[in-house]
Amino acid sequence: MTDAEARAQHAGHAHQFEDMEQQQEADFLGIWLFLVTEIMFFGGLFAAYAIYRWLYFAAFDGGSHILDIKLGAVNTMVLLGSSLTMALSVRSAQVGNRRALVGFLIATMILGGVFLGIKAYEYDQKFVEHVVPSLDWAPEGATLARLAPGGLDHAQIYFFFYFAMTGLHAIHMVIGMGLLLWLVLRARKDEFTAHYFAPVEVVGLYWHFVDIVWIFLFPLLYLIGGRY
Amino acid sequence: MPHPIVPQKTYVMVFLGLIGLTILTTGVAFIDLGPLNTVAALAIAFSKMLLVILFFMGVRSSSGLVRVVLIAGFFWLALLIAFTMSDYRTRSWTPTPDSWSTSAPPTHP
Repeated sequence: MTDAEARAQHAGHAHQFEDMEQQQEADFLGIWLFLVTEIMFFGGLFAAYAIYRWLYFAAFDGGSHILDIKLGAVNTMVLLGSSLTMALSVRSAQVGNRRALVGFLIATMILGGVFLGIKAYEYDQKFVEHVVPSLDWAPEGATLARLAPGGLDHAQIYFFFYFAMTGLHAIHMVIGMGLLLWLVLRARKDEFTAHYFAPVEVVGLYWHFVDIVWIFLFPLLYLIGGRY
Repeated sequence: MPHPIVPQKTYVMVFLGLIGLTILTTGVAFIDLGPLNTVAALAIAFSKMLLVILFFMGVRSSSGLVRVVLIAGFFWLALLIAFTMSDYRTRSWTPTPDSWSTSAPPTHP
């Protein structure tokens, strides 16, 4: 083994670990423990959602009908696409292809940006329809007709959940975009090798987790109440 | 334990599966299945989650320790939802004792 190869193999190896394998196992365990706390974090909202969905069934149906199912479905696919490019980023790092790594990371950021853009448009629509709880709550016309059967106060609770859950999810996306930018900058400086790319994998796991949260938010917020 | 290198094709196939399931769940929302609509939506979401966890997140080839941590997380979430819902859904099964009501103060003998 040449000197350069030996250095490459030890790049990123922190001294408190016996070897890279032990370090990687610690990295994985650490991020998974964090993700478990995130499951409980979002889990509190999902549990509260379950209670109110059951208590104010008709109001949640009505609220769901205000959302644009097409935008929700498109955004789901955009986010799934970003998960694909994220998985391919990690794979590129694994095989030591720096150019593909940077490309897929940027593609992931672009898809994340598209998701947030569509989300921002949807939020704006809620102001147009005056269905923002507390801030701009004055549904009228067809919107009012859809929300009235379940009770307006209860419909307002649906939109509290809509904004709290998608908002918390969007904050996670923004943090994820920041992490991706950090990865791109590091990758461009050639800091990752086929032996050391733990940051890419760890951010990837976080990104996939955020994707999973949306996988559940889409049916629970957009698809309830039946469109038949 | 380092993950084995998965062929790109596998990731693309998983992605296509996820897109297919998204179209399916959206389509099912337009068909009247009664209470089964919710069951179908959650079952599809659960399948999508499994695909992401097993393939994209590489749990298929991860260590037992990581799997135990993951399963423990979901187990605790299940406890949270199950106990909360069992409370709310059974409150109406028994009448509230009159003495608990704040509007009618308990009468002393």
